[in-house]
Amino acid sequence: MAEPALTNTGEALTRPAGWQQIAADWSSDQRAFKNVSWGKVMMWIFLLSDTFIFSCFLLSYMTVRMSTTVPWPNPSEVFALTIGGKSIPLILIAIMTFILISSSGTMAMAVNFGYRRDRARTAALMLATAAFGATFVGMQAFEWTKLITEGVRPWGNPWGAVQFGSSFFMITGFHGTHVTIGVIFLIIMARKVWRGDFDQERRGFFTSRKGNYEVVEIMGLYWHFVDLVWVFIFALFYLW
Amino acid sequence: MTDVTVRADDAIPAAEVEDVELYHPKSWVTKYVYCQDAKVIAIQYSLTAMAIGLVALVLSWLMRLQLAFPGSFSFIAPTDYYQFITMHGMIMVIYLLTALFLGGFGNYLIPLMVGARDMVFPYVNMLSYWIYLLAVLVLVASFFAPGGPTGAGWTLYPPQAILSGTPGRDWGIILMLASLILFIIGFTMGGLNYVVTVLQARTRGMTLMRMPLTVWGIFTATVMALLAFPALFAACVMMLFDRLLGTSFFMPSVVELGSYLQYGGGSPILWQHLFWFFGHPEVYIVALPAFGIVSDLISTHARKNIFGYRMMVWAIVAIGALSFVVWAHHMYVSGMDPNFGFFFATTTLIIAVPTAIKVYNWVLTLWRGDIHLTVPMLFALGFIVTFVNGGLTGLFLGNVVVDVPLSATMFVVAHFHMVMGVAPLLVIFGGIYHWYPKITGRMLNDRLGKFHFWITFLGAYAIFFPMHYLGLLGVPRRYYELGEMAFIPPSAATLNIFITAAALTVGAAQLVFFFNLAWSLFRGKLAGSNPWHATTLEWQTPQTPPAHGNWGKELPIVYRWAYDYSVPGAAQDFVPQNQPAATGAAA
Ligand code: HEM
Ligand SMILES: [Cu+2]
Repeated sequence: MAEPALTNTGEALTRPAGWQQIAADWSSDQRAFKNVSWGKVMMWIFLLSDTFIFSCFLLSYMTVRMSTTVPWPNPSEVFALTIGGKSIPLILIAIMTFILISSSGTMAMAVNFGYRRDRARTAALMLATAAFGATFVGMQAFEWTKLITEGVRPWGNPWGAVQFGSSFFMITGFHGTHVTIGVIFLIIMARKVWRGDFDQERRGFFTSRKGNYEVVEIMGLYWHFVDLVWVFIFALFYLW
Repeated sequence: MTDVTVRADDAIPAAEVEDVELYHPKSWVTKYVYCQDAKVIAIQYSLTAMAIGLVALVLSWLMRLQLAFPGSFSFIAPTDYYQFITMHGMIMVIYLLTALFLGGFGNYLIPLMVGARDMVFPYVNMLSYWIYLLAVLVLVASFFAPGGPTGAGWTLYPPQAILSGTPGRDWGIILMLASLILFIIGFTMGGLNYVVTVLQARTRGMTLMRMPLTVWGIFTATVMALLAFPALFAACVMMLFDRLLGTSFFMPSVVELGSYLQYGGGSPILWQHLFWFFGHPEVYIVALPAFGIVSDLISTHARKNIFGYRMMVWAIVAIGALSFVVWAHHMYVSGMDPNFGFFFATTTLIIAVPTAIKVYNWVLTLWRGDIHLTVPMLFALGFIVTFVNGGLTGLFLGNVVVDVPLSATMFVVAHFHMVMGVAPLLVIFGGIYHWYPKITGRMLNDRLGKFHFWITFLGAYAIFFPMHYLGLLGVPRRYYELGEMAFIPPSAATLNIFITAAALTVGAAQLVFFFNLAWSLFRGKLAGSNPWHATTLEWQTPQTPPAHGNWGKELPIVYRWAYDYSVPGAAQDFVPQNQPAATGAAA
C-alpha cells in the first residue's frame, strides 16, 4: 500500500480545508447529493442532457441562418396578426409566452400545496397548469396553420430563405412535443394526487414503486425547464 | 491513500439510502424476457451486441477479401463495398462497443460493485434494452430494404449521404438515421440509471473515492454519452428531414445530372461539427470503461494495489472533460481557419498528458507485482501495448501538418482500429474472461482462452500494423480497388493478401471464443465465489451467480478501497472491501 493507514485522527480528516473539503463532501458516503431523492437527481441529469439537444438545434438554426445567402424573412411581419384591420406584430407569440409563464406560476403553487398534502388544491392547480399548456399548444397549432395557409413549408416559403420554415417547424415542433408530453403527465399525476395514491402508498403501474408528493415537484422541474427553453426560442426566433 | 484505508467503521452513518423496492418476477417471462433485474438486462445487452457484432465481423471479412483479390468476387460490387464499410463501422462503434461496455458491463457491474440491489429505476432500465433491440432490428432491416443499407460511410457526411449516387439512398439512410435515434433514446434511459445509481445508491461506506476504477470509467463515460449523444440526435433528426421533407439544413444547392436539385443554402460543415462533437467523445465513451476495467484486471492479477488511485480517477475525469473540446481535429481538411486548427491541435495534444499518466500508472502497478499470466491479465497487457501504439499514431494525426497528407489514407484506418477497435475489444474479452465465473459460476476454458488471446493479439498486429505502411505509401481509405495508381508499388497488393489472411484467421479465432462461452456454460470448471481472490464487492455476494437483489437480507458495508492486495501482515494476500479494519490490515 502507498502509505500505512495511521493518520487516523478523526478531526483532521473530517475537516480538510478549501477545495479538498468540497471534494470530500461531494465524494462522501452513499450519496453525492444529500437529501435529494433518486427521481429528482435523474430528472436534473435528464434535463441537462435535453439542454444539449435544444442547444444543438438552436445552434444549428443560427448556423443555417448565417450560411444561407437568401435574405431571412422579417419576423415582425411574418408573426403579425391582423386584428380589427390593424397588423400587430408578435401579438400571438406575446400571449403564448404570457400563458406559458403563468403556467409556471400555477405549477409552483401545485408543488407547494403538494407538500402540504392538500390533495384537492394540488390536483386543481396541476390541471390548471395542464390547461395552460394545452392552450399554448393549441395556439401553436393555430400559428402553424396560419403559416401553412400562407405558404410556409419546411422546404420553402414565399418570403426568403427556405431554412426559415425548416428551423421554425422543427424547433417549435420539438418544443411543442415537450409541452404535450408535459400536459399528458400532468393529467396522469393530477389523477393520482386526486385519488390519494401518494397517501395510501399505492404502487405505480410502470414501476411498481410507491410514489410520494415529490413526484409533483419533479414534474415541476420538467415544466419549468420547458418554459425556460421557450424563452430562448422566443428570443432567438421571434426577436432576432 | 491515507483516508481510504482509515478505520472508518465507527464513522459510518446509518443507512441513509432508500432501498430499491425490487420487482419480483412472477413468471418465466418476467424473469428472463421482460426482466427488470440489471444482471439479466446486462446479459441481454451483451448477447444482442455480440450477435450484431458478428455481422460486422463478417462484413470485415468480405471487405478484406475484396481488397486482397480485387475483381475475383462477382458478388461484391463497388456499391456493396461502400455498404459493407458503412455498416461495419457503425455497428462496431455504436451497436457493439458502446452497447457492450455501458449496457453490458455497466448493467452487470455497477450495482454489484457499489453495493446496490439493482439500478435505481429497474423498469426504465428494462425499457432501455428493448429500445436498443428495436434499434438493432431497424438497422438489420436496412440490409433487406430495397436498395440495401446506406453506403455513405460511417460518418454519413452530407451532401453525398442523401444524394442519389450513394447506395442505399432510398431506404438505407432513412433506416440508419431512425435506428440511431432509437439507440440514443434507449441509451438515455439506461444511462440515466447508471449515473444516478453511482451518485445516489451506493452502500454504506462506499465513498466515491473507494469505488473501483471500473465504476469510475463506466460512470464518466456514461455522463459523457449523455452530453455527446444529443448532438448526434439533433443531427440525425435534421438529416432525416433533409431526406424526407426536402429541408436544407445540411444541403447546399446541388447540380445533379445537369439540373438543380431543390436544395439550397444549408451547411454541410454543420453536420461535421455536430457529428464530431458526438464522435470524438464517443472514442472515449468506449475507451474510459476500458481504462477502468484494465486497471482492475491489472491490480487483481498482479496482486498489487493500483498505483496512484487518486491520480487515476482525476485522469479519467480530465480526459472526459477535455474530449469535448477537441472534435475539430477530425476536420482539418474541411477548409477551416488555420487558427482553429492550431487550437484543436493544442487541446488534442493536451489530452495526451492525463492519458500518459494512466499508462505510467499501469506500468508502475505491474512493476515488481506478483504477475499471474491468467487470460484476463494477458488481455489487459495486450490492451496496454495496443493502446500505446494507437496513441502514438494519434499524436501524428493530431498535428495539422502531418494529418493533412495522411488523412483519408489507410494510416487513419490503422490508427483508429488500434486505438478504438482492437484495444477496447481486448478489454472486453479480458473482462468477459474475468467476470464470466461470477456470471455463470463456471470458469472459461483456459487453454482455449490462451489460444484465443494469442491469435487475436498477434493477428490484430498482423492486420493493422502493415496498414500504417500502406497509409504512408498513400493508399487511400474507402477504396474498392486501387486500379492504376502509379505511386503505389505492386508490393502493396501482396501486403493486402497478407493482411486478409491474418484477418480471416483472427475472425476464425473469435468462433473459438464463442464456442468457449457456450461450452463452459455447462462443462466449465466450477468457479466458487471468488476464483481470482479479488477485493471488490461483486466477488463477495452470498450466492454465485448473484441472486435477485444481489445481497440477501443485508447490504454489505464497505470499510476500505478496492485495492488492498498483498497488504503486509494481513492473513491473505487480499482484503475484501467489506472486511472490517480490525480483522484485516495490520493498521
Ligand atoms: C477483425 C477485425 C476488423 C477488421 C479486419 C476490420 C477491417 C476493416 C476494413 C477493411 C475497413 C475499411 C477500410 C477502408 O477501405 O477504408 C474498416 C473500416 C472501419 N472499421 Fe474495421 N475492422 C475490424 C474491426 C473493427 C472494430 C473492432 C471497430 C470498432 C471501432 C472497427 C471500426 C471501423 C470503422 C469506424 C471503419 C470506418 C468505416 C468508414 O470508413 O466509414 N473495425 N475496417
Ligand atoms: Cu477525435
